[in-house]
Amino acid sequence: MSMIEKVSKWIELFGQKVTQNKETLNKLDTAIGDGDHGSNLTRGAAAIQEKAEETTYDNLSKLFQDVGMTLVSKVGGASGPLYGSAFIEMAKKAKETEDIGELLEAGLNGIQKRGKAEVGEKTMVDEWAPVIDHIQSGSFTDEIIQESLESTKDMKATKGRASYLGERSIGHIDPGAQSSAYFFEALLESGVLDDK
Amino acid sequence: MTNKYGILLVSHVEEITDGLLRLLKQVAGDVSIKTAGGTDDGEIGTNFEKISQVLNTFEEETILAFYDLGSAKMNLEMAMEYSDKEIKLYETAFIEGAYVAASLLQTDVDLEVIEEQLKPLVIKE
Repeated sequence: MSMIEKVSKWIELFGQKVTQNKETLNKLDTAIGDGDHGSNLTRGAAAIQEKAEETTYDNLSKLFQDVGMTLVSKVGGASGPLYGSAFIEMAKKAKETEDIGELLEAGLNGIQKRGKAEVGEKTMVDEWAPVIDHIQSGSFTDEIIQESLESTKDMKATKGRASYLGERSIGHIDPGAQSSAYFFEALLESGVLDDK
Repeated sequence: MTNKYGILLVSHVEEITDGLLRLLKQVAGDVSIKTAGGTDDGEIGTNFEKISQVLNTFEEETILAFYDLGSAKMNLEMAMEYSDKEIKLYETAFIEGAYVAASLLQTDVDLEVIEEQLKPLVIKE
């Protein structure tokens, strides 16, 4: 499979995972947010699928750009601009490189620029940052995904809607980290990393 | 009277922006104030496209923007990046900030003076 086919597969698998786990994401988001994270991403996944079916891509940057703009336009909430910014920054980076570590790092920068979150604030950044480190050092496994996800449980939220809960945000897995875990599980399954 | 400035109100809920607009119009009947409340389909939330569409309807070149909670800001910032307007985003308490801006714009006060009045109302990062 070409890189574009693998990346398309990755995005498709991510969409399937958030759709299958819509209620899990909504439930996590109900505990410390506004309860719509699964529904929002499922709507985004459907829009991405629709776009993918009517478009043939020969350019990685264009694929990322379309996914990003679809997420920004259709998902709304915080996850639309956050995941959207990640893909839009990956689209820019894809003009220079196909290295997945570098692409994801650009994506993480997009998320942090948009959401102003740092590591340790109980957000999707706490899934993205450690995973990218391990991808870049060649030590990425499913365990890293799950450990990073679990680590958000004991964190106190200081960004996003959960931050209004203060101490009471502790003890719950962050929904954005959970959807990001699906994102990286999909990456592992897609074969994008196989040549590394 | 035409102002150089318009005001944009962004909230997760349409009734909140409708209600705030009503409050502001009482003191700022001549100021151009527009709202983006809720999502496209009338649900709770904020949406990049809706905010962008409202921004495009302003005749004024400079827009003072006020918002309620977190994701409203992110969608506003994205809309700002894709808009030709000059948009000033204020991290003030939503109602108080918009009220100060609207009532001072009504009396033709300079933007510098308005921003000075907004400073103590900043409650968001």
